[in-house]
Amino acid sequence: MALTSFRLAGLELKNRVLVASGTYGYGDDCLETADPGKLGGIITKSLSLKPRIGNPPVRIAETAGGMLNSIGLANIGVHRFLSEKLPFLRSVDTAVIANIAASTIEEYCEVLRILEGEDGIDGFEINVSCPNVREGGLIFGTDCAAVAEITRRLRALTKKPLLVKLTPNVTRIGEFARAVEAEGGDAVSVMNTLIGMAIDIKTRKPVLSTVTGGLSGPAIKPVALAKVYEAARAVKIPVIGIGGITNASDALEFLIAGATAVQVGTANFIDPAAGIKVAEGIARYCDENGIPDVADLVGSLDARSGTSVLDSWL
Amino acid sequence: MEGVRTAGEGIHVLSFTSAAMSRSIRAGQFLNLRVEEACEPLLRRPFSAYRIEKSSIEIVFNVVGRGTAALRRKKQGDVLDVLGPLGKPFKTIDPGFDTGVLIGGGLGVAPLPLLTSALKQEGKPVVTFLGARSAAQLVTDHLENLHTATDDGSRGFRGNVVDLVSDFLSKHPVEHPKIFACGPMPMLRAVASFARASEITCEVSLEGPMGCGIGICQGCPVELAGPEKSYALMCKDGPAFDIRTIKI
Repeated sequence: MALTSFRLAGLELKNRVLVASGTYGYGDDCLETADPGKLGGIITKSLSLKPRIGNPPVRIAETAGGMLNSIGLANIGVHRFLSEKLPFLRSVDTAVIANIAASTIEEYCEVLRILEGEDGIDGFEINVSCPNVREGGLIFGTDCAAVAEITRRLRALTKKPLLVKLTPNVTRIGEFARAVEAEGGDAVSVMNTLIGMAIDIKTRKPVLSTVTGGLSGPAIKPVALAKVYEAARAVKIPVIGIGGITNASDALEFLIAGATAVQVGTANFIDPAAGIKVAEGIARYCDENGIPDVADLVGSLDARSGTSVLDSWL
Repeated sequence: MEGVRTAGEGIHVLSFTSAAMSRSIRAGQFLNLRVEEACEPLLRRPFSAYRIEKSSIEIVFNVVGRGTAALRRKKQGDVLDVLGPLGKPFKTIDPGFDTGVLIGGGLGVAPLPLLTSALKQEGKPVVTFLGARSAAQLVTDHLENLHTATDDGSRGFRGNVVDLVSDFLSKHPVEHPKIFACGPMPMLRAVASFARASEITCEVSLEGPMGCGIGICQGCPVELAGPEKSYALMCKDGPAFDIRTIKI
């Protein structure tokens, strides 16, 4: 059996597959279909200081091979998370990474301070890249100096793993990854959703109430893979690959491109056990190919030339 | 998959077997079907459980888009990927009413056969009202004490089903009724205003796009009643809601 566990900034994870923020709730809605204890980790829905009701309907639209969302960071707030959701998450045998969203740097700090001392929170992922809220979100995520400042301020508040989730809606994501690395961030999560849009031609109205939203799902996988490749070449800290991963084969591409671990997102909506199946598939691939440790795959891309994939294409 | 049969003009009934699911489904809950294995269309499609006979489960649909078009192509022997039962059942166990007034519009008939059985088990009589554009779109099987309305008058009352309900109840008052309604949104709004005006308890089963069906994507908000704006989720908190709890 191939070794699947690894350390992420000192935190031991049982495998390299986590579930992405906003695609798995707080872990307690998926119980009947999947055992979250088989995941490498759960990244919570973005937590803000105060509860957020989220955006009005329509919040989602299905597009070719993907979906648009404009949930607007609907969440129960950090305080209710601690009282209502964390006790359950503590009972799950997996790493719990709290994702934090905020509209000011102060608010990021405040939420992290509230969570920092809590037993059962193993690390933080900072959402500087939500495309669907007015303040915060992309305003920070597309400003390299702001990303650096947020990382610096939060780094000073915690010794737990600090991940920063980057947006692909920038020209060079590598620069943002470098800013996180320079300010002491432990890893970058690449990537959040791409800004997208859908229109109903009968009414000539946007499908989403916010006009634009975040595109996710298989449609964005090639973009995400290129962003992960770029980020992984720009920094030495781990890059966590996210974007359209629905099966082990997708995840393996990200690992080979340079991702230390991956997150499964939209695929959870279709199958809440998708993450577990991806983790099992990665282990199987390693066993079948005589790879002793999944780490051997990370960044193993042989970019000297392309390759013919005629058989799988035909 | 057992197959797809026709149940009316453009209306299909898909049946499949699942012993475990057939035992656990309650009236008003839905099943989330993966209509294609590939990623197009990507998301599951929700359907009310229509009928259960031993381990056989049925849903009823018409072809309105790519999800239902894919379902129409399913054949006997195909393996269907179904997540369910999901959502909260209708509140049939409720001492506050004696008679179930069931109202369906078009394929909003879907949850009514199971609801009829559930209410009968509670010893509660039902009176059912079903509306459609014309007689060919009325799916009248497995309903009891049925009154129909059609837009073109081809069967039953000529006009909309809410007018039929109003007309009927004014002539034949029912002791401690509770309305259960499922159908298009304009019909549900009309049912809700009738129920409010008549001070009848009322649950409406909503339909809409859902991302996941279990509450993790938060893509199906339903605005709640009350001074402060807030949302429930159609899939997890519904799909049936008491009209006093939501903005309708």
